[in-house]
Amino acid sequence: MNASLRNWVLVGLLLLLAAVPPLAAWLNQPFYLDLLRRVMIFAIAATSLNLILGYGGMVSFGHAAYLGIGAYAVGVLSYYGINNGWLQWGVAIGASALVALAIGAVSVRTSGIYFIMITLAFTQMLYYLGLSIEEYGGDDGMRLASRSQFSGLVDLGDPASFYYVVLAILALFLYLTARLVGSRFGRALQAARTNEARTRAIGLSPYPYRLVAFVISGAMCGLAGALLVNHTAFLTPEFMNWTRSGELMFMVILGGIATASGPLLGAAGLLLLEDLLQGWELLPKAVTEHWQLYLGITLVLVVLFAKRGLAGLIPGRHE
Amino acid sequence: MNLVLIAEQTLNGLQLGITLFLIAAGLTLVFGIMNLVNLAHGALYMVGAYFCTYFFQQTGSWPLAVVLALAGSMLVGAVTEVVALRTLYERDHLDQVLATFGLILFFNELVAMLWGRAAIFSTVPDYLSGHVQITEQLRYPLYRLVIIGVGLSVALLLWWLVARTRLGMLIRAGASNRTMVAALGINIRLLYTVVFSFGAALAGLAGLLVGPIYSVQPGMGELILIQVFVVIVIGGIGSIRGAFAGALIVGMVDTLGRAFLKPTLATVLSAPAADAAGPALASMLIYLLMAVVLAFRPAGLFPAVR
Amino acid sequence: MKPHFRALLAGVACAAVFAAPALAQQKVKIGFITTLSGPAGAIGADMKNSVELALDHLGRKVGGLDTEVIYGDDQFKPDVGVQVADEMMKKHQVNFVSGIIWSNVMLAVAPRVTAAGTFMIGTNAGPHELAGELCNELFFTTSWQNDQTPEAMGKYMTDAGLTDVYIMAPNYAAGKDMLTGFKRTFKGRIVDEVYTRMGQTDYQAELSQLRAKNPKAVMVFYPGGMGIQFMKQYSEAGLRGQSPLYSVFTLDELSIPAVKHAALGQYETRIWSPDLKVPANEKYVGDYKKKYGKLPSFYGAQSYDGIMLIDSAVRAVKGNLADKKGMIAAMKKADFHSVRGKFTYGHNHFPIENFYLLRAVAGDSPAADPVMQIQKTVFANYKDSYGSACKMK
Repeated sequence: MNASLRNWVLVGLLLLLAAVPPLAAWLNQPFYLDLLRRVMIFAIAATSLNLILGYGGMVSFGHAAYLGIGAYAVGVLSYYGINNGWLQWGVAIGASALVALAIGAVSVRTSGIYFIMITLAFTQMLYYLGLSIEEYGGDDGMRLASRSQFSGLVDLGDPASFYYVVLAILALFLYLTARLVGSRFGRALQAARTNEARTRAIGLSPYPYRLVAFVISGAMCGLAGALLVNHTAFLTPEFMNWTRSGELMFMVILGGIATASGPLLGAAGLLLLEDLLQGWELLPKAVTEHWQLYLGITLVLVVLFAKRGLAGLIPGRHE
Repeated sequence: MNLVLIAEQTLNGLQLGITLFLIAAGLTLVFGIMNLVNLAHGALYMVGAYFCTYFFQQTGSWPLAVVLALAGSMLVGAVTEVVALRTLYERDHLDQVLATFGLILFFNELVAMLWGRAAIFSTVPDYLSGHVQITEQLRYPLYRLVIIGVGLSVALLLWWLVARTRLGMLIRAGASNRTMVAALGINIRLLYTVVFSFGAALAGLAGLLVGPIYSVQPGMGELILIQVFVVIVIGGIGSIRGAFAGALIVGMVDTLGRAFLKPTLATVLSAPAADAAGPALASMLIYLLMAVVLAFRPAGLFPAVR
Repeated sequence: MKPHFRALLAGVACAAVFAAPALAQQKVKIGFITTLSGPAGAIGADMKNSVELALDHLGRKVGGLDTEVIYGDDQFKPDVGVQVADEMMKKHQVNFVSGIIWSNVMLAVAPRVTAAGTFMIGTNAGPHELAGELCNELFFTTSWQNDQTPEAMGKYMTDAGLTDVYIMAPNYAAGKDMLTGFKRTFKGRIVDEVYTRMGQTDYQAELSQLRAKNPKAVMVFYPGGMGIQFMKQYSEAGLRGQSPLYSVFTLDELSIPAVKHAALGQYETRIWSPDLKVPANEKYVGDYKKKYGKLPSFYGAQSYDGIMLIDSAVRAVKGNLADKKGMIAAMKKADFHSVRGKFTYGHNHFPIENFYLLRAVAGDSPAADPVMQIQKTVFANYKDSYGSACKMK
């Protein structure tokens, strides 16, 4: 595999992220640790979406559902007093995979805008379901009594330790995705995206590849949900709202679809830009009060002029 | 359950369906003909509502306000198309989604900057308010009947336009083979701008009609956007006939579900169970409907024939 | 002047000169979280305006110290609220976090803020958990407990002899809480209890069902845009004459301009109204109208009080912001001029206050919007129902 400039940039970014906790402690700015941890959790979710959206060509508008399922898996188990992290995160991944299998079995048969809408429909149904279950808080949501416990291996209550756990998972998922994409499985998936008719002609049916990718993607996003609920110590059905799905999609598109560094760049780009437009003291009040206007303009400009997303701005081999 | 109530609810379903059709027509037209996913359609709907409310306040004449609002929506649509959307026709759907989402944020804030974040006061003109006595026991708001009338007229107009006029022929030709039409000497760029502006006018018309009965505020487009997408998908993308059918079905199912689901469930379940399940199920009903339709007809009920 | 008195004066002056720099270095930082974008942005704007007005009235000094208020937008999302609160505490190192409209955001943020040892002064949301098992010495609210407002409406309607009432709300936690609170005190017959979809715009179907049942009165909870739509369509359906409309958190100074005369005659229950005859309120409403050209809402009034509460606490400890115990003791006394008049705090730090019946009546001139006017007191010094679950003294 050619080590293109893009891959080096990604490695560089990960190393930079690894340096943040000691930097934050030295500069006495603990807030940035939390902010970047949140960015990385969404980057994990975006990476999972990039697998099916970028490489697989399946535009899932329902990915937020898995964030919710992962979060609720941890939350509900905690509600009943089960705080074992291995078990909670295992259930988060497993439940997400199962739901992805169920939704995928029906949805993956469709394509294009129909696929978008049917995944959206399922997410909305889960969202309304979550709203109506009063036992787990309904719309008020549920507090996480304690963080996932890992029997002394690592304490998620310590901000820096938790940060490194998230970073490790992000790096792992990026690596796994890269291996998956480069494998025979990944090639078949991308072939189906580029030209379905030709793929069928050579004897490959796209359906099983797409379904498997869909399930893997859902499972990865479920883990992101488990991480998110540990980060916020709180969960609500809003985790599964369609606008949240939209945000994930935007991160992937903004970063550059079907690129390795895209999800991280996109998540960082969107979340940091939002934070910057709202809170940077150097900006005039007219901007910070109406930050969404400027965010909107920025998004349009990025689409018009950065054709391959933020990753496309880095010179390198185009896939 | 008496017959009058059922009749009234059927009329309600029809009216909701027609309202959804008005909003969906422009979106499906633009998507079907220009292959453009335009999330900002909701923003154009909002612009129509704001313009009409504003001009009605300024001039006191509702017909004049409607004309000005339609013109305004078309103008905003044309400018947006030329400035922001022109290069997107060749691009991926995903890029279109991102760009038009950016436009939603932009328009919402712009409207908030001009008119404030709170909902503004919009009302039906006096001569259109009040009720009509349809039968001895059934009274129905006049304005809602007006909406039904306008919606049906627009449906007929669109059918005639697309099927029977030269412009419609050009549009259909451009949708099938853009380069060939351009090679034949037709200014395809102008054509697309015209079509988009027309779609914007339809969105604006829907907005100004529902403004008096819904709430005119920034972000009002997003409240109905999902329902509209559901309508288009059920009906089949790109087809006006599909949008009409899809809208009526969604309107009917949603209305009758909200009205009669809980009492119907109460006959088979215990009262508290029906109380809990009824509203939850009614919320999910149109999504379940869409999933079922797509399971049997993956391209919708009346997909546009290419 | 006698010599030793002059010396005493000089001594005091010297002491003041030495003490002043120490005081002047201390700055009060308040983080105010509300919703500033999206449809609910109007509420956030009202709260922010009221906070600014409070600061103006205090000469931009809270408790005599220079003050900086940092505003944060929770975008109606609990996890964004948490991030904003974290930013306020860790980056800006605020001494107080205040505001918050929504119960779900409050439940995510308040425990986090108090766990970090910072004051949380809520100015709207009053979830029962915070009044009960999650009560905390660092948490105070200037608003109410969510159930109290519908409980007041239930009591009024029972006392007024109303029965055959139709009740409606959106199908989410707050909606169910509101109707539960209403049913706790309402002893008449309820014709039907209907929950509608969150964010629903068209209520024709529900209104037709309602009309068929012919209730004597209708009680609803429809906040924000849903309320505006419901009220407009209710009037348009000609139902106001047949079944008078009672509501909680539906009609207020923010939604009246959108509904105008359609709202006339509607009843609400609340702890405050612009016409409440309290000197501090007359000043607040008068100056708000002068500065912003419109009437404030209860969201604003509660936020104004929030700043005044903080001011009273900082004043009581003479600017020593490290003395948290002292500030807690001061806040418990509620010793400030609240716009709702004198009230006391329960042991769970929720106010024990009056609840009034309000009605929308015609404004000063035929063209003016209706205004909310107090009709009577429904509950005097009313305590919430969750205090027994709170372990604080």
